Amino acid sequence: MADHSAPSSVTIAPPPVELEREPLVANQRSIGWLSDTVANVIEDKTPRWWWIAITISGLTSLWLPLGLIYLISTGVGVWGLNHPVAWGWAIVNFVWWIGIGHAGTLISAILFLLRQKWRTSINRAAEAMTIFAVMCAGIFPGIHVGRVWFDWWLFPIPNANSIWPQFRSPLLWDVFAVSTYFTVSVLFWYMGLIPDLATMRDRFRKVAGKVAAPAARLRNKVAQIFYGLFSLGWTGSNRHWRNYEKAYLLLAGLSTPLVLSVHSIVSFDFAVSQLPGWHTTIFPPYFVAGAVFSGFAMVMTLMIPLRALYKGMDEIVTTRHLELMCKVTLTTGSIVGYAYGMEFFIAYYSGNPYELYAFKNRAFGDYYWSYWLMVSCNVISPHLFWFKWCRTTPWFIWIVTIFVNIGMWMERFVIVVTSLHNDYMPGNWGYYSPTWVDVCTYIGTMGFFMTLFLLFCRFLPLIAIAEVKGVTPFADPHHPLGGAKQ
Amino acid sequence: MDSLDDYQIPYGLMAEFDTPADVLHAAEKVHAAGYTRWDTHTPFPIHGMDDAMGLKNSQVGWFTFIGGLCGFFGGMLMIWYMNSYDYGLPVGGKPNFSPFSSFPVAYEMTILLGAFGSLGGMLFLNRLPRLHHPLLKNLRFAEATHDKFYVVIEADDPKYEEEETRELLKKTGSRHIELVNE
Repeated sequence: MADHSAPSSVTIAPPPVELEREPLVANQRSIGWLSDTVANVIEDKTPRWWWIAITISGLTSLWLPLGLIYLISTGVGVWGLNHPVAWGWAIVNFVWWIGIGHAGTLISAILFLLRQKWRTSINRAAEAMTIFAVMCAGIFPGIHVGRVWFDWWLFPIPNANSIWPQFRSPLLWDVFAVSTYFTVSVLFWYMGLIPDLATMRDRFRKVAGKVAAPAARLRNKVAQIFYGLFSLGWTGSNRHWRNYEKAYLLLAGLSTPLVLSVHSIVSFDFAVSQLPGWHTTIFPPYFVAGAVFSGFAMVMTLMIPLRALYKGMDEIVTTRHLELMCKVTLTTGSIVGYAYGMEFFIAYYSGNPYELYAFKNRAFGDYYWSYWLMVSCNVISPHLFWFKWCRTTPWFIWIVTIFVNIGMWMERFVIVVTSLHNDYMPGNWGYYSPTWVDVCTYIGTMGFFMTLFLLFCRFLPLIAIAEVKGVTPFADPHHPLGGAKQ
Repeated sequence: MDSLDDYQIPYGLMAEFDTPADVLHAAEKVHAAGYTRWDTHTPFPIHGMDDAMGLKNSQVGWFTFIGGLCGFFGGMLMIWYMNSYDYGLPVGGKPNFSPFSSFPVAYEMTILLGAFGSLGGMLFLNRLPRLHHPLLKNLRFAEATHDKFYVVIEADDPKYEEEETRELLKKTGSRHIELVNE
């Protein structure tokens, strides 16, 4: 019998100190430890903070139906919208939520294609964030159309008037982009979950015989059925893994152009119009960079508390992961800052007086406060991440990410509102303010988002167990820790 | 012939391993011995296992490709039919159908149906979902999604001979070999 416990005969020269990297899972944790740690979140007693958090978020999410029912039963007049600002908070919130979603797809798809193995620790939670954020985003265009009972006219469904949707409109492209984005994100997320749901199924199966109390037995039975059904009979077979990995690669390859196209098409909603401040070719790349910027901020806003609250999670989502996410935030934040400057330059260089006026008006007009709030949050705060201390101190990163979230919301406000409120003719000018219904609906979506995210943390593995196992040295058959001998 | 066990049909022999390297080398030996109906079960995909088992490239790509193709041309056809053929909608003197303005929607449809093709193709090729599997009744096999590695040779295999197969699995270094029933 071969001796499995003595891989010490293999010597691998350590890299020079300056090239040594912090491992992806700290403290040489075994693969068994990984499934135990992640599964314990689901198996252990619900922590008290979770009950407090879900109570707050659940109560906050009640604001959403309140806002919606009041809006629908009374009419769109209850919003602050009027001539000339006909796109207000609803569209700002829509673009903000969709943008947040983009980080999840970037992590799951683009970083996968680029072979960034650190993505495995954060991709599950980030993809969940994507799905919930797109759900929140989808609410807004749906109610913004005014007569919500005609929402189904957005889709190519035959109706009594025999008229089809108008496919030359970017707004309709957006319907297809966002619904495809949501569907593909769900498919990708679910496929990643299959092996981990099988892990959960098997864990509940293993302890089934040892559970005595009737309530616990029922819980075990329900868990076995739930995880068993959704893991589709996964056995970890290599003949299955072969197709699975190929499908994963293909989905990553499909999601990459998808995520780039979604925010590009969202930007077409603006860029294809004739309005100064909207009608610019920089919009697609600028929107995509901004989306990734805000999305990464939101991933960190969510992950930093989670890794502190759940035992062992900070060994899976390490400081190195936070640092890398900060670097992505810094890069995309710099692109956004560059775009702000370039917009101004092109407005001047174009020689178009209306264009130049739109930009001067942004910085020094009635809405100057929103512009400078946006600039200070989005242009200054990411540059703190040039400093290593700022990138590696979780509480500090968390505060910066809040500023980025605010700044990116302000950016959409600046784009939507300042361009509309003063266009070509002074007789057409006006000032827009939201009403309590706008505010109520927006805060309600935040509660809805947090509620879904908390439920996800409680009932589904919030780390991609199988994927994280795969990037540890224990999973490498050519590494001594994976059992390799010479 | 009183016990139910007497009537049970063997599904196959299951051998347990502790590390990915062990299961990889075991797979090489089982493949070299000429077995065809067998598999390895691991908590995560192991690099090099496809070669060790002698498996060819996965065919999922065809499902993705056909899905994407249907999406693109289906999307174009839908727009042409709706905005040009069935009910022409003249807007701003632009043509009722143009491949350029139709491109974004057709592009999204390509991705949508390509993604369904990938997931559906993966499930179809894997013969999933399945509600029952003999291995999933085995309590020890529950570790296959945790931290153990398995080689399973099915009794259906033309080369399967219980004693001989058990001998082969023993030689690969497994410390636990078990007969799993259907």
